[in-house]
Amino acid sequence: MANRRQTTEKAMRAMFFVITTASIAILFLIMFFLFKEGLPIFKTVSVKDFIFGKYWYPTSDPADFGIFPLIVASVAVTVVSGAISVPLGVMTAIYLSEIAKPKVGEIVKPVVELLAALPSVVIGFFGMVLVAPFLQQVFGIPTGLNLFNASLMLAFMSIPTICSISEDAIHSVPNALREASAALGATQLQTIVRVVVPASLSGISTAVILGLSRAVGETMVVLMVAGGAAMLPGSLFDPVRPMPASIAAEMAEAPVGGEHYYALFATGIVLFVFTLLFNIVADFIAHRYAQVGDATL
Amino acid sequence: MAALLVSKITEKSRSGIRAAETYTEELTMSKSDQALDDANVAYDKRRKLKQRIIFALFRGAAAVNGFALLVIIYFMVANGWRAISWEFLTQPPMESMTKGGILPCIVGTLCLSLGAIIAAMPIGIASAIYLNEYARPGKMVRLIRLGINNLAGVPSVVFGLFGLAFFVVILKMGVSIAAGALTLGAMSLPVIIGTTEEALKSVPDTYREASLGLGATKWQTIWRVVLPSALPGILTGAILGISRAAGETAPIMFTGAVFFTPRLPTSIFNEVMALPYHIYVLATAGTEIEKTRHLQYGTALVLIALVLGMNLVAILWRTRLRKRLK
Repeated sequence: MANRRQTTEKAMRAMFFVITTASIAILFLIMFFLFKEGLPIFKTVSVKDFIFGKYWYPTSDPADFGIFPLIVASVAVTVVSGAISVPLGVMTAIYLSEIAKPKVGEIVKPVVELLAALPSVVIGFFGMVLVAPFLQQVFGIPTGLNLFNASLMLAFMSIPTICSISEDAIHSVPNALREASAALGATQLQTIVRVVVPASLSGISTAVILGLSRAVGETMVVLMVAGGAAMLPGSLFDPVRPMPASIAAEMAEAPVGGEHYYALFATGIVLFVFTLLFNIVADFIAHRYAQVGDATL
Repeated sequence: MAALLVSKITEKSRSGIRAAETYTEELTMSKSDQALDDANVAYDKRRKLKQRIIFALFRGAAAVNGFALLVIIYFMVANGWRAISWEFLTQPPMESMTKGGILPCIVGTLCLSLGAIIAAMPIGIASAIYLNEYARPGKMVRLIRLGINNLAGVPSVVFGLFGLAFFVVILKMGVSIAAGALTLGAMSLPVIIGTTEEALKSVPDTYREASLGLGATKWQTIWRVVLPSALPGILTGAILGISRAAGETAPIMFTGAVFFTPRLPTSIFNEVMALPYHIYVLATAGTEIEKTRHLQYGTALVLIALVLGMNLVAILWRTRLRKRLK
């Protein structure tokens, strides 16, 4: 009897372990298929020409497969959206965990969560039909579908990520630190700026990186709002074509197994590597500078 | 005895005199200290004012989020509610999608997101059980967690590429509910694992100890004690997972959803229409984008209502659970 129970126990444990590796298996499958379908493009284009080539004309003859403008567009959109989302997200997190009364917090927190729940296509649609004409009028520019509009929409998609992870980090700062600071005569603001934020900096950095990573990979918003021109942007109001937009827009027309198809998968590799790097850095910071007990300052 | 008492009294009066002396000294000194005090008060006023201004900024930042949410929802409702009717919800699109309803899209989205959750739930729950109940911290767990975090960070369009290359082409499922649901399922896996783990963590250790103390094995404890207590939390996670899957567009663009199909699906190998993809198609790829604007708003409103409704239920339910556990 006891023996049988122990066998079941071991079998269960083994089974759960095997299932748990599914996530890693999927991750590897994703990598495998990206490389399988993406690497053939490098038979026709060198890696250098692919990444630094300035012209993306995948359907002309002969076709140009240079994704440099797409990479620049992705980076530009991410940086500009970060300039909006990082201050707003972190400030909201600080407000929620340090300043707001519990009653107010109970309203604001679901608001942020609902913001995260808005489908990306709805935010893209909103940017397209309402924000774009507005920007066009206010700034007198030829098109409202541009880098700035896309960044603005992306910012509101990454704020919830930045806010909720930062808030967890700030929340885990031990109260003893706050009390010590207050006992020394510091105001609440001084406590926040000089004690709470430094103590939770690793968590806040993780939050920022994950938020930016979300902006890099977000597809529908940049597909609908960024304007779609595969050129190097000269100003904040130029239309751009970030990598995810290019993949999503062109995949339907690219015949399976053709050069264009391979080129889009190769773009997927670059995009995947981008977000993978972001995530690994975030994971590194979270573990290397983990907040442990009182010894965080 | 008396001598002792006298000495004590003199001692006391002496200390009283000393205290009075220091007090008068302080009084005379206070004039020179007045300036310092004034400076202190001024400094205190200044930093309190600074705090008030900066706190207002913080409050403003938080308000911006609420404002954004309100503006988006307001415009969708204001422009979309006129499109919503019984016909809109129960008819297929007509006259090359310029009229008619969105029934196939609603059905398609429900099929895709339910399929995704059916595929992802067992794996996600089992993973969370292993990570929270069995695993001991170490290199292996660290690696698995890194894998899960990275899976969560994979861009949605890359999931689409993966689904296209693997499910659609290699496994020969074609563009179908099955391929789309599996792609969405792979994407929801990290969410399910995360929410389930949170639910398992909220089960007090005393429950487990009591069960183990009665001689139950670990698996018996998990099956009969831990899982039942964590069930509401796990279901909340499932609702959140479904709502997330229902709103996604990029992963199903090449794997499950199509531009237009008049029939409702009869098997999991049928292709379907989906709400998010329908919005995208109508808003960008029609010849009569302006003419179908009201249909776009209407579809967006239905999608928002579906997704936010599920989220609201999950959030409220979770808040109640958390309160009860405290």
